[in-house]
Amino acid sequence: MRFMIVVKASKDSEAGAMPPQEMLTAMADYHEELAKAGVLLDGNGLHPTSKGWRITWSGGKKKIVDGPFTETKELIAGYTIIQVKTREEAIEWANRFPNPQIDDGEIEIRQMYELEDFGESEAIERFREIGVATSK
Amino acid sequence: MNAAGRRHQPGPPLPARDDGDVIGLVKSRETHRAIETVFRIERARIIAVLTRFARDVGLAEEFAQDALIAALRHWPDTGVPDKPGAWLIAAAKRRAVDHFRRAKMAEGKIALLGVEAESMVGLPDLDDDIGDEMLDLMFIACHPVLPPEARVALTLRLVGGLTTEEIARAFLVSEQAMAQRIVRAKRSLAEAQLAFERPQGTERTERLSSVLEILYLVFNEGYSATKGEDWMRPQLCNEALRLGRILAGLAPSESEVHGLVSLMELQASRLAARIDAAGMPVLLLDQNRARWDRLLIKRGLAALARAEKLSARAGPYTLQATIAACHARARTPEETEWVRIAALYAALAARIPSPVVELNRAVAIAMAFGPAAGLELADQLASDVALRGYHLLPAVRADLLMKLGRLIEAGAEFKRAASLTQNDRERALLLQRAQSCDEQRLA
Repeated sequence: MRFMIVVKASKDSEAGAMPPQEMLTAMADYHEELAKAGVLLDGNGLHPTSKGWRITWSGGKKKIVDGPFTETKELIAGYTIIQVKTREEAIEWANRFPNPQIDDGEIEIRQMYELEDFGESEAIERFREIGVATSK
Repeated sequence: MNAAGRRHQPGPPLPARDDGDVIGLVKSRETHRAIETVFRIERARIIAVLTRFARDVGLAEEFAQDALIAALRHWPDTGVPDKPGAWLIAAAKRRAVDHFRRAKMAEGKIALLGVEAESMVGLPDLDDDIGDEMLDLMFIACHPVLPPEARVALTLRLVGGLTTEEIARAFLVSEQAMAQRIVRAKRSLAEAQLAFERPQGTERTERLSSVLEILYLVFNEGYSATKGEDWMRPQLCNEALRLGRILAGLAPSESEVHGLVSLMELQASRLAARIDAAGMPVLLLDQNRARWDRLLIKRGLAALARAEKLSARAGPYTLQATIAACHARARTPEETEWVRIAALYAALAARIPSPVVELNRAVAIAMAFGPAAGLELADQLASDVALRGYHLLPAVRADLLMKLGRLIEAGAEFKRAASLTQNDRERALLLQRAQSCDEQRLA
């Protein structure tokens, strides 16, 4: 099973400030530990929302809104994807994550859907049908 | 960083054991599960370090188990320590010292004790890099004195996190039989009186290739599913892949290690697409490429780039990964570079002469230059003793005959292939194709 460790944004990450050396070291140590255990799949940091934009749908209308966005705690600054055997293992690895921010930090852990999770349903079968353009 | 800061839990880090109420009981069960999880994560490294001291994997495993018992006793009160791995290793070492002290006292060798015990308790530095010990453990578990199936079992048990029951289930033997296989393997290692020295030069290359072989064997057991329960298969693939990724970190300058990791990542990227909703196998060219796992493809291509950078002359795993990468890069089956794949199979056949590789080359040649050219090569293999009873030879011939419109021969070959395969679902697919030959003929 795969889990995404989502790193929430902060004032600093939104300002585009480079993290201090100490934190970078802690992050590198942590990700090295994940890699050594063979559970690290992917990870990336995201540019501040000042470089991003949003597309919203409301009242039948589509609107494009440029960043930056203000609700810092709701924003995402980066993510790490791990593959583990059990939920408990994900809990343990997440517990070892260093504080990703200079002051108050927050990470959120979410399990990623895998094909088996969808099971059998008419809608899922339709998705599969759509995809099966190249299949028999 | 301190423990309290790292473990964001309300109140005390872990509940005390004497919680009398139901909630306390549930919590303490959760605590035990959490401790066991930490142990599972650290287990291989504890065994690796202890094997170095005890020079016996069986003893090392026992000392690791003792460390878990110690953790279950202490951690519910103290909380999980900041460096749980180092704590567990220290606890296991203390048990090892006790064990050898008792053994030496029994032998009346007390005088010798002081020095050796001293060197033993030397606690690892908290950030001690124990990569070398992990590599040693992989080398031992895959030691050539053991038969391949014992190497597989030992690798999964000692280096991977699988229980004896899980390994037994994956290989369709009783738990008792698998436990015996593991015990016997440990005994063989002990009786072989291995030097436990780190292999150098050509010996290191040979030992490393044994590790690669075993990891790929485990992966293939999961991937091609000749036997075993369905749900264990992806677990075997994942475990082989995980151990491969670990190995890539332990031996980063070995081209073929990255080649194997690349091959496994790329093949695993197709796991979801190679079985349809009814559980039937889907052939590579019929697979829905939208269901290929892009993340694993990205990792596979990156590993391949590393392998290529490290060696001017690609080894067998790297060559196979290069072929897998050709498929991964093609957005549609029509985009596949078959001429290149045929050439890669020729290069592979030059490195590891094998009729199975030749058969794959026949398929690639058929795709590149037409079914007649492919069939010519496949027919040359028909007399090969090594392929006698191998279902894919008639399956390939059937496919090419069908493309050439020789439907009677094609149908017969599909049926022959169906009678040779061990896999029920593959048999169903082959019979289905035999039937469609008949239908086309009569239409």
